[in-house]
Amino acid sequence: MSDRELRVSKIRNGTVIDHVSGGQALNVLSILGIDGSEGLGVSIVMNVPSAQLGKKDVVKVEDRELSQSEVDVLSLIAPEATINIIRDYEVTKKTRVDQPETVTGILSCPNHNCITNGGEPVETKFSIVPDGVRCAYCGTIIRDSIADHIDTE
Amino acid sequence: MRKEHLITATQLSRADIEAVLDRAAEIDADPSAWAEKYETAVLALCFFEPSTRTKMSFDTAMKRLGGTTTDMGGVESSSVKKGESLADTMRVVEGYADAIVLRHPSEGAAQLASEFVDVPVINAGDGAGQHPSQTLLDLYTIREHTGLDDLSIGIMGDLKYGRTVHSLANALTNFDVRQHFISPESLRLPRSVRFDLHESGAQLREHTELDSVLPELDVLYVTRIQRERFPDESEYRAVAGEYRIDAETLEDGKQDLAVMHPLPRVDEIAADVDTLEQARYFEQAHNGIPVRMALLDELLGGVSQ
Ligand SMILES: [Zn+2]
Repeated sequence: MSDRELRVSKIRNGTVIDHVSGGQALNVLSILGIDGSEGLGVSIVMNVPSAQLGKKDVVKVEDRELSQSEVDVLSLIAPEATINIIRDYEVTKKTRVDQPETVTGILSCPNHNCITNGGEPVETKFSIVPDGVRCAYCGTIIRDSIADHIDTE
Repeated sequence: MRKEHLITATQLSRADIEAVLDRAAEIDADPSAWAEKYETAVLALCFFEPSTRTKMSFDTAMKRLGGTTTDMGGVESSSVKKGESLADTMRVVEGYADAIVLRHPSEGAAQLASEFVDVPVINAGDGAGQHPSQTLLDLYTIREHTGLDDLSIGIMGDLKYGRTVHSLANALTNFDVRQHFISPESLRLPRSVRFDLHESGAQLREHTELDSVLPELDVLYVTRIQRERFPDESEYRAVAGEYRIDAETLEDGKQDLAVMHPLPRVDEIAADVDTLEQARYFEQAHNGIPVRMALLDELLGGVSQ
């Protein structure tokens, strides 16, 4: 399937996330908290050839626009992604993801002894470090499978 | 400079450290001059984990500055038992005191506390995280002994969970120090600490045995390896035995080696070391008073002047 064919199946309103690193599409959906039960139209293309990435995934979600915090976390697993907001079949906004300095309230700390896992009235906070993120409370660094630490509650 | 809180040793610059140590030396030289400086100040001691030593040390330091302390008491008797969050406890205690000393079993507790109160928070140990006030007295002891530059230090024992080790290693990156870490494979420095050390360009080497590195050390900092870090008793005995020192061990070390330990020790330093010149751990513990007085002075910043 080529880029050209992909563009053919346009959606009316929603978000197209393009240039997702190959194999990460399901993690993208999990970051967005989409599992199909919401009734949104979702299409995924995985591991198609990409000049930039070798292989890329594309995720299309109908009738849903991404918030900034969602885009921030996407940047962790899909640093090359482009986000296209579609309204009435037209791309109204096209943005590259941009790594934020911190990610608040989305990931949970894998250190069970971290104070953020102790029922305190705080959101988790992670700073971005080379190849990963770091808990602003206990200092734990997450390098691998960041998507596994997305707080799905 | 004036710091609002003391949460981790990574926040301390060389100038910060030197300011506290210089002040501690002034206090040490003439303690009576400080006896009334903070007469109306109250220091809250919130220890969510049993500790006698650090608590007594802060208690004494505050009283020697003319102030008073208020003690939360054991966790058993407090509202924590009723399920109160740390954030709430801190917000209540803030109303009673000019500064809070906090020890807590969870990593990041002091950071969290500092976000909920306006008075200075001193981290007196957060789980396996940090213990920066201990580090200041460790540095004071090292400075008195050998100075803090052009120094080889060996840090031995439980480097993974040892909060005094983490803080000390972080703080030493401000000085020209070669850091040698000696531990069993399973208790090496955690990734987060190694990350900080590399970020600050530390000169560090890791070893599994003391023998090869002992002759070049100026300071040997010993910490306890705890039984609960091992799955079974026999493994613990075998490993812990490797990281125990006695007078005979030290024969291969420099004559003017300083042997330090954050205390309490169990048997990782044999009693026959106590009478040697090299033993510095009791002096180190005594230094806790002037150093904590200096730290309180820094954080309270003359509230009662
Ligand atoms: Zn954490």
